[in-house]
Amino acid sequence: MSITASTRIPTEANRFQPPPSARGMGRQVSNVLVIVLCTLFALFAVGVLIYLVVYILSNGFPYLNLDLFTKLPTPNGEPGGGMGEAVQGTMIMVGLAALIGVPLGMFTAIYLSEFGHGWLANGVRTLVDLLTGVPTIIFGLFAWVLIVIPQGGFSGLSGGVALGIIVIPIVARTTEDVLHLVPRELREASLALGATESRTILRVVVPAASSGIITGIVLSLARVAGETAPLLMTAFGTTFWNTDIRYPMDALPLRIFNFTLSPYQAQINQAYAGSIILILLILITSFAVRWFTGGFKRKF
Amino acid sequence: MQQRVTVSERGVVKQSLDWVTKRFGRKPSDLLFRGLTLLLVLVVIATVIGVAVVLVVYSWPTIRDFGWSFLVNQAFDPVHNIYGVLPAIFGTLVTSAFAMIFAIPIGVGASIFVVDFCPRPLRISLAFFTDLLAAIPSVIIGLFGFLLLAPWLQHTGEPWLQQHLGFIPLFQGQIQGVGLLAAGMVLTIMVLPLVIATSREVMLTVPTSQREAMLALGATRWEVIRYAVLPFSRIGILGGIILALGRALGETLAVTMVIGNQATKPSWSLFQTGYTLSSVIANQFGEATPGHFLSAVIEAGLLVFIITLITNLLARGLIISLERQETRGVRVV
Repeated sequence: MSITASTRIPTEANRFQPPPSARGMGRQVSNVLVIVLCTLFALFAVGVLIYLVVYILSNGFPYLNLDLFTKLPTPNGEPGGGMGEAVQGTMIMVGLAALIGVPLGMFTAIYLSEFGHGWLANGVRTLVDLLTGVPTIIFGLFAWVLIVIPQGGFSGLSGGVALGIIVIPIVARTTEDVLHLVPRELREASLALGATESRTILRVVVPAASSGIITGIVLSLARVAGETAPLLMTAFGTTFWNTDIRYPMDALPLRIFNFTLSPYQAQINQAYAGSIILILLILITSFAVRWFTGGFKRKF
Repeated sequence: MQQRVTVSERGVVKQSLDWVTKRFGRKPSDLLFRGLTLLLVLVVIATVIGVAVVLVVYSWPTIRDFGWSFLVNQAFDPVHNIYGVLPAIFGTLVTSAFAMIFAIPIGVGASIFVVDFCPRPLRISLAFFTDLLAAIPSVIIGLFGFLLLAPWLQHTGEPWLQQHLGFIPLFQGQIQGVGLLAAGMVLTIMVLPLVIATSREVMLTVPTSQREAMLALGATRWEVIRYAVLPFSRIGILGGIILALGRALGETLAVTMVIGNQATKPSWSLFQTGYTLSSVIANQFGEATPGHFLSAVIEAGLLVFIITLITNLLARGLIISLERQETRGVRVV
């Protein structure tokens, strides 16, 4: 049973290739099928998402101008005007949210990573996880019941509180993750030099993790800047300049929501333009964050 | 005694600080820092518990007076003081199920493509793009749904479905554009980037050696994924899916904009308008007068809270048990 040269040499393909069989063919076919299917799914998903972005950009771009930031909405949908009060309100309420949510989130993370052990730490970790999954409108409802109803009116303060609660778990989780990455030796070195525990945490551990912590804070603030549902029943919205947090305040997503449902084409156009501002805000923060932390290199 | 009197003011402070250090085994500054940290943690705990307590307390009037009938009543009627959220529960479940049915296979398939099939430079930009879209505010998706998707469904999509697939009960009924179908599609668009992003992250963590080992055994690329990548990353993918489910169940704004907000009797039709629990809140809080109306709105919120809480707890339990199974398996081997 010798194989002659003539049968072996002409193909010169892989000599270790098994002979073709029905099962082998089936495997190849299912392989090709799956590759095609996955490619189609990816094309579909990316296609839909690109279409969405292009749709918003192409409809809003002609109406993107400086007035959007500096002027108030015009009454009854007359052309012109802007959504300056919404930009201002978003800044104020996101600032409030940062004031409330960042310290709470950061110290929760410090507790979990530096002090926490046992049932209390596990409980807190579970609570923070659960908090991330709660729909944001629930926090709006919470602030509505606790602040708006007793006060008898909508207010920027209640909006800031609702957004602040949303910030807590995001900051806590990202901060805890990066604090765990700080090497143990750094803490031990600091303690060995005679620094107290609080000094070690505040001057050594937190600064070492600062880029990660800042990333978490920036991402959480970008996220609440786009929240609408909790603001519906707290900040409510207004069409006038307002810096007093005791009164109704406008926000960019809230203005987009109202203009989208508006019967006037001029306002719908401004809703598109406002959406571009929000998308740009997210684009800029994610680029900044990636550039800041070198995420492109580390992640891939 | 004589000595005590001559000690200066500063000495007393130092002495008591030393006493604190000796008594508690830590420097006073450390104690202060620990105390502050613990205090803020307690504030966070109190907030979470506070949310639950506030929801229960404020929805008590309807819980007390309507009981279980709140869940099965079809009318949400302040005029006749009858409150029920059956259509809203139905709408929530149908739209979320619709979104998951489409988002899971498309999302996981797309992330398999991104991780294993597509060229490397394309992979990075695709990954960045999907991450970005996972962060797009829901109001923008809602705008897309309201201004483009719903009119398109009304004029093109739904008539086509009814003409060609009208024999299926799902595609019967009056064509309105807005409705369960539009809401389900909007939710699909919202959770798709989330599913892609999380599955991709997990699949990237599968060690290259695993893939290479499978390839060396003569496996096709699909078999590598089927037997080396997916089993390794199934827990993470499941986590991402449940995250997406939680988001779909609780999403308010985008859904409110396209679902029609009319309580109709639950039927097979996907074209009918409807309600979800969160869109009940978004639509009704403005008119809610104190009493049963207010507490009915808040009880809708309580239901959303409970549903998402159960989803998350189930996810945690499932993931923990799967992880246990896996470690057990490794030990046996």
